[in-house]
Amino acid sequence: MLSAILAFTALAAAFGLILGFAAVRFKVEGDPLVDKIDALLPQTQCGQCTYPGCRPYAEAIAKGEADINQCPPGGEAGIIALADLLGRDPKPLNARHGAVKPKMVAVIDEPLCIGCTLCIQACPVDAILGAAKQMHTVIEQECTGCELCVAPCPVDCIRMAPVQQDIRSWKWQAPLEAAGSHA
Amino acid sequence: MQTSSSPHLHSAAPVSSVMLRVIYALIPGVIATIWFFGWGVAVNVMLAAIVALASEAVMLAARGRPIKPFLLDGSALVTAFLLALSLPPLAPWWITLIGTAFAIVVAKQLYGGLGCNPFNPAMAGYVVLLISFPREMTQWLAPETVSGHALSFAQAAQVIFSGAAPPGLTLDAVSAATPLDTLKTHLHLGETVEAARRASPVFGSLGGLGWEWINGLFLAGGLWMMYKKVITWHIPVALLGGLLVMSTAFHLFNGDAYVSPAFHLFSGAAMLGAFFIATDPVSACTTPRGKLYYGAGIGILTYIIRAWGGYPDGIAFAVLLMNMAAPLIDHYTQPRVFGHKK
Amino acid sequence: MNAKLWRFPGGLHLSGHKTESTRLPTQRARLPKRLTLPLHQHIGAEAKPVVAVGERVLKGQVIARAEGYVSAPVHASSSGTVIAAGDFPVPHPSGLSAPCIVIETDGAEQWCERHPTPDYTAQDPSHLRNLIREAGIVGLGGAGFPSFIKLNPLGKTVDTLILNAAECEPYITCDDMLMRERAAEIIHGIRIMRHALHAAHCIIGIEDNKPEAYAALVRALRELRIDGIQVIQVPTRYPAGGEKQLIHVLTGREVPSNGLPVHIGIVCHNVATAAAVHRAVQLGEPLISRYVTITGPGVPEPRNLEVLLGTPMAELLQQCGADPSSIGHLVMGGPMMGFSVHTSSAPVVKTTNCLLAAEHAPAVQAAMPCIRCGACAEACPANLLPQQLYWHAHAKEFDKAQNYNLFDCIECGCCAAVCPSHIPLVQYYRYAKGEIWTREREKQKADVARARHEFRLARLAQEKAEREARHAQKKAELAGKNAPRETAPH
Ligand code: SF4
Ligand code: SF4
Ligand code: SF4
Repeated sequence: MLSAILAFTALAAAFGLILGFAAVRFKVEGDPLVDKIDALLPQTQCGQCTYPGCRPYAEAIAKGEADINQCPPGGEAGIIALADLLGRDPKPLNARHGAVKPKMVAVIDEPLCIGCTLCIQACPVDAILGAAKQMHTVIEQECTGCELCVAPCPVDCIRMAPVQQDIRSWKWQAPLEAAGSHA
Repeated sequence: MQTSSSPHLHSAAPVSSVMLRVIYALIPGVIATIWFFGWGVAVNVMLAAIVALASEAVMLAARGRPIKPFLLDGSALVTAFLLALSLPPLAPWWITLIGTAFAIVVAKQLYGGLGCNPFNPAMAGYVVLLISFPREMTQWLAPETVSGHALSFAQAAQVIFSGAAPPGLTLDAVSAATPLDTLKTHLHLGETVEAARRASPVFGSLGGLGWEWINGLFLAGGLWMMYKKVITWHIPVALLGGLLVMSTAFHLFNGDAYVSPAFHLFSGAAMLGAFFIATDPVSACTTPRGKLYYGAGIGILTYIIRAWGGYPDGIAFAVLLMNMAAPLIDHYTQPRVFGHKK
Repeated sequence: MNAKLWRFPGGLHLSGHKTESTRLPTQRARLPKRLTLPLHQHIGAEAKPVVAVGERVLKGQVIARAEGYVSAPVHASSSGTVIAAGDFPVPHPSGLSAPCIVIETDGAEQWCERHPTPDYTAQDPSHLRNLIREAGIVGLGGAGFPSFIKLNPLGKTVDTLILNAAECEPYITCDDMLMRERAAEIIHGIRIMRHALHAAHCIIGIEDNKPEAYAALVRALRELRIDGIQVIQVPTRYPAGGEKQLIHVLTGREVPSNGLPVHIGIVCHNVATAAAVHRAVQLGEPLISRYVTITGPGVPEPRNLEVLLGTPMAELLQQCGADPSSIGHLVMGGPMMGFSVHTSSAPVVKTTNCLLAAEHAPAVQAAMPCIRCGACAEACPANLLPQQLYWHAHAKEFDKAQNYNLFDCIECGCCAAVCPSHIPLVQYYRYAKGEIWTREREKQKADVARARHEFRLARLAQEKAEREARHAQKKAELAGKNAPRETAPH
C-alpha cells in the first residue's frame, strides 16, 4: 500500500513538474493591456459602446469601468476573444448597446448630395471624399459601417447598404448540427 | 438540386456496428466466465444491461437529447458488459444496480454523454463499488470444479436478489477469494509464491484456475477485433508489454516473492482490460504514440498495484489514472504533420 | 519499370468505379447553342472582358484578358456572337452567380488566326511561358492555378518535373482516356515543359489501376524515340494523386508545410495540362476544350466527352442518355473532393474534370458525437489529428484548430469517409478555414481603420493646436501693442 501511495505521489509530482514547466516555458510576455484589448476591437469607431471610439472603450475595459459585452460590431466572437484575454466568462451582448447586424457600408445618393461636408466631419476614418459644394462619395473599402454619417446629412442622402456577397467573399458555413451531435 | 459537402462517399460502419462488434468479441469470454463461475455472471450481465439502458434513456430524456440514436449506439451495453464482467459472480443485485447507474449517470451522461466522458464509465462504476463496498466486491466464487457445486440459473438469481443461499448450501461453501487475492494474502504472510500456489486449489497451471481460459478467450476476442479493425494494436500490446516487462523483471529478481509473468497475463482482468477496457476510445489516448504510452502506463500501474497496492487487481485504478493523463499525453505525442520538420 | 517508391501516411483503398466510363471511346460533345464563359475559371484575379455585347467572335479569340500576374485570359471556344455579359450561374459550391460572357454559336467553328511554334527548342523559356499564359492554360487537374507560373523556376534549380497522371479519385477517368487516346500530345507537352524548366529528370506518375494508359504512354515514348522520361506506376491508394502525396511517393521528399514543390526542386503538372501546353505552343490553339468524364449512377451511358469550355452541363448529361431534370445531385469533380453544383445549367469550365450525376444525394446519416476512435487520424494523409481539428472547429476555437495545423489539411475527405460517427469533418475544416481567413481580413481592415482613425485624431489635434497657436499669436500681438516695451516678447 505504502509503495503504491509513493508511486502515485511520484506520478503526481512528475505531472506537476511538467505542468509547472509548461506554465513557465509558454508564458506570454505582454504589451500593455489597453493595446491588447484595442487589438481585439473591430475599430468601427461607431461609439455604440457609449465611448467615443474603440480605444477609449478599450481603456475603460482595462480600468474596469466598462463591461466586455458592449460592442455590437464585434459580435459574439469579439466578446469571446475579450473574455479569453481577460480570463473572464463570456456573456451575451448587452442589448442596450444594439444588436449584431450584417456588415454594412454607407452609400451616398450622389445626385441628392448638396456638398455640405457634414458627413466628412462625422466620419471617424476619413472614408468620405468630397469638398464643399461638391458631391461626396464613400470609399467603400475604408468605410467601417459605423453609421455616424447618416444622421448629420441634412438631405438624408446617405443610407446603409449590406456588403454584397460574391464568390470571393463567400465562405463555408458550419454544418447544421444534427439531432445526434453535441449540444 | 440537392447539395452536399464532400466527400460524397462514406465507407465507415456506424458507431452502433462498432459497439456491436465489441460485444460479439466479448461473447467467448463471457461464456467461459459463465462456465467457470456459474449463471450468476449471466444474471449480472442482464441486470447491468437493463439498468444501463434504462438509466441512459432517463438521462437522455432529462438532458433533452434524442433517445433513440443514443440508445441504439450500443455504448451503454458495452459499459454494462464490462462492468458486469468485473463484478463478483453472485454480487447482490443492488451492487450491480448502483455500479451501472453510477457509470452511466455520473461517469458518462453528466459529463456530456457519448464521446465526452473523460473516464472509462465501467471502471469508474467499478471503483466506486470497490471503495464503497469492499466486502461484497471481494467475495468471489470458487470455480465450480473446485467447489463442486453448480448453481442453476434460478438458484443464482435467487442468491443475487434475496441474498439467501439455496437450501443445503452455504455461501461460504461456494465462495473463495480470487487467485490474485489469495496470492496476495499468502505473500503477506511471508510465504513464497510456490507455497501459496500449492496451498490453495484456486490456482491453475498458468494463472488462476478457469481464469486462464477466460483470459485466453478474451485474448481471442481481442485479436478478432484487431483483425476487424475495431481496435488498433497499440494499446493492448503496450499494456500487456508493460505488464510483462514489469512482472518478468521482478520475477527474475526474486521468484519467491514475485509471481511469474504468465500468471499476471492470465489472471484477473488482464486480457479483458487490455483489449476491451483500456481500448475504450473515448477516454483513451488517440494519437498512435500516445496510445503506446497510455497502454504501457496501464500495464505498469497494474503491476504496481497488484504487487504492492492494497487491492488484488489493479486494472480499474490503472485505467482511471491513465484516463486522467490521456489529454496531456495526447498533447505531447502529436504525430509529425506531413511536410513539417522531422 | 522498377523504381524505389515511398509511402505517404494514411490513405484509403476505394473502389474505383472507373470501368463504367472507359468502355466507350471519347467523343466530341455536340456544339451547344450557347456558351457561357465565366471570367474567373482559375486561381487569381478575374479576367477583364475585351469584347462587347453584339460583337462577333472567332473560335480561339481572346474575349477577356488576364488581369495582373496571377490570372489567365479566357477565349471564345467557338465562333459566334457575344449576346450577353453579366452574372450567370457558375459551378461553385456557393451556388452564386458570377460574371460571364455568353456567346451564341453560329455553327461555323471558324478559327481566329493561329500562330503555331512547331519548333519550341529554338525558343527562350520566357517566350514559351508567355505563349502558355496567352493560351489561358491553368492546371487541369482541378486546382486551376495558372500554369505558366509553375513553369517558372524562379531562380531555383528544378531537378525533377513530375507529371501527375495518378487520377486517384474514384469515377474520374478523363486523364486515363486522354493518355490512352492522345499519349503523343502529352509527351510533346512534357518536352516543352521540361525545356521551360531545364529539369534534369522527368517522371510520369500513374496509379497502377490504369494499365492501358500506362501502356499507351510507354508505346508513345518508344515510337517517338524519346528517353529521359520515366513512367512509374504507383500503388493505387487515395489520395496518391494529391500533389504532395505523389511527390512523396515518387521521390521520398516532402513539400514543406506552407511551401511549394519548387522549394524542394520539384515541379508537378497534370498530364492534361501537358497536352494543352503542346496544343498551345505547337498548334497555336488556346485552351478552349477539355476531356470531361460524365458518369455516376444517374448516367445511363457514362463516358468521356471532349467538351468546349462554356458548354452547359445539362447538355452533356443529355448526350450521355440522362434526363437533366431527373438529376437531383450533380457533383463537379470526384466523390471525395468534388462539390455539388446547384444547377445543371452551369457551364463546364477549365477545371471541370468530371461530372458525377445521381438522382438523389447520398443519404446522409445523422452525425453522432466523436468517439475519438482515431480512425480519421489513421486515414489522414497529412498525418493530422482530424478529431482534434474537429473538436476545436466545432467549439469555434479556431486558433486552437490552427495550432493543430488546420492549414496542412488538404481536404481530401479520407477522415470523413471513415468516421463511424458520420461527422462532416471536412465541412468543419472548410468552415474553420473560412472563418480564420475572414478574421484575418477583418483584422487587417480593423488595423487600417485604426490607423486612419488615429491619423484623423492627430490631424484634428494638429488643426486645433494650429488654431490655438494662431489665436495665441493674435492675442499676443494685440497685447504687445498695448503693453510697455520692456515686457514685449523678443
Ligand atoms: S462613411 Fe459613414 S458609415 Fe462609413 S465609416 Fe464613414 S461615417 Fe461611418
Ligand atoms: S473518425 Fe470520427 S468518431 Fe472517430 S475520432 Fe475521428 S472524428 Fe471522432
Ligand atoms: S481532409 Fe484533412 S484532416 Fe481529413 S484526412 Fe484529409 S488531410 Fe486529413
